Amino acid sequence: MAVAAPPTIQTKPLRERLAPLVIPTVFVLIFATVLMVAPASWPKLITGILLPGLTLAAIYFMISAGLSLIFGLMDVLNFAHGSLFMLGGYCAWTCNVWLDPNYAGHWPITIASGNLRFIIGLIVGTLVGAAVGSLIEISLIRPLYKRPIYQVLLTLGLVFVFDALVRTIPAWGSLSRAPIKPPMLTESLSLLGRRFPSYSLFLICLSVSLAVLIALVLRRSRIGLTIRAGVQDSAMVEAMGINVRRVFTGVFGFGSGLAALGGAVAASFIGVYPEMGLEYQLFAFIVVVIGGLGSYSGAAAGALLIGLARTFSDHLVLETGLPTAIASASTVLVMAVVLLLKPGGIFNKN
Amino acid sequence: MTPILEVEQLQTFIGQYHILHDVSLQAEQGSITAILGRNGAGKTTTLKSIMGLTPPQAGSIRFAGQRLNSLRTFSIAQLGIGYVPEHRAIFRDLTVTEHLILAERKRGDLRRRGDLIFSLFPDLQRLERLLGSQLSGGQQQMLAIARALVPETQLLLIDEPSEGLAPVIIEQMMRAITALSEHTTVVLVEQNFRMASAISQAYYMLDDGRTVDHGTMTALRGNPQLIQRYLGAA
Repeated sequence: MAVAAPPTIQTKPLRERLAPLVIPTVFVLIFATVLMVAPASWPKLITGILLPGLTLAAIYFMISAGLSLIFGLMDVLNFAHGSLFMLGGYCAWTCNVWLDPNYAGHWPITIASGNLRFIIGLIVGTLVGAAVGSLIEISLIRPLYKRPIYQVLLTLGLVFVFDALVRTIPAWGSLSRAPIKPPMLTESLSLLGRRFPSYSLFLICLSVSLAVLIALVLRRSRIGLTIRAGVQDSAMVEAMGINVRRVFTGVFGFGSGLAALGGAVAASFIGVYPEMGLEYQLFAFIVVVIGGLGSYSGAAAGALLIGLARTFSDHLVLETGLPTAIASASTVLVMAVVLLLKPGGIFNKN
Repeated sequence: MTPILEVEQLQTFIGQYHILHDVSLQAEQGSITAILGRNGAGKTTTLKSIMGLTPPQAGSIRFAGQRLNSLRTFSIAQLGIGYVPEHRAIFRDLTVTEHLILAERKRGDLRRRGDLIFSLFPDLQRLERLLGSQLSGGQQQMLAIARALVPETQLLLIDEPSEGLAPVIIEQMMRAITALSEHTTVVLVEQNFRMASAISQAYYMLDDGRTVDHGTMTALRGNPQLIQRYLGAA
């Protein structure tokens, strides 16, 4: 028998091999320029800019990852994704307040431990988000897979429905509600001689572990394989005998649950208010576009970029007295820079 | 011999376009049947209609006695119909091995069918770690057929296997399809008449969404006028 030839190793030209480094280099340069204009000491840089940036990125990632996967797999641009984020936030907040025995109008069942209430809030928020997301997919989006414009109108309409719902429920209402932190994460930590809230560190750790876990599932498991294949060509996956519709519902529910979990952890950080969904959804869209629509790694990279851009520009504005509008505009500026360099987003292969 | 696939008076619309007007065909168990015709005659749509990818509005499709019309694509595939689409539909970010794993319907399919697949396409074994996007056209075609063979397959629908391939690769593909027809029935859509006529036993001629002629390949080879009329060249 002939010996099989070794696989040919395809060498790429240098230009192509350096291409993935262009965007990180550009942003390292931009951030370095910001630091030259508005210098910061090392402790300040780490605890005042980088870690807060990562904290924002953590929340952005949780809302963007599902949005990107859902778009990649089923071509649905879910405008109501932010509403699920908000719903998760309200559910978590409710558990924190109404299960508290010290609260005047508490539920029949109460839990004395604030930490436990917090954890239950996260679980309830995630499950409610996942359930509502799956229901939306099965009942409303499924009939519209062949009519994308209707989908956009539908999910846009859902935003108003959820908004009205939250304002109508007497316990929730239109007011903004202050964040309730669990006792175990209320303290500040001492980091390089500066204070840093332990809750932010928790957010970063949670988001990073989730990101790694999801990446592992996508890389290593059969369902992950199905999703990656489905993102590229769902009709072919179906023709291989796989019930793609069920995968759609699963991914939609999962993405919704992840957004709701994001809302639930954000609730103890920024509080809850009816507009929080739309506010964070806007960032999520920017993140997803920067990362490349449909790319999971893109959502992670985009969240990181936008989170850091936000805190770097805040720092710049505070130090130099430039108009605060620059800080708000920074995320859009980042998007413009990325899209000029790579029109399809960082991880877009088409 | 009983036909394993029977298609009768199929009519398919894509959007508002009436693509198939009246397509009928049968495939005998264990044979290779070629669907011939010009570009736009409805060959690809016929295969897609059988797979439920473009569900037919009228007519009937029966596979091993079972009616396929109202079934969804994945159920049709699960009955034992493998589909090798036009342009191969290889997943660019998946490795060769991942393609084959994804194609498993039951645990162990790949182990059971591996010998058959790698005897047909020995090249695939050394390409296992390459991504779909790193394969050549011929390698992608081999993978597309291999993927369809991972589960137990009674019928294989292959759309334009020779498209864009070098003559020497086409020869290889012809040998592979002939060899695999010992294990499964094949229905082939092919523009390359030389290839189709060399490996198939029966043919169906499509023109403007209708079956206009059918018979044995031997009979067609002896009828150059028919070939000239519907294919434009011999």
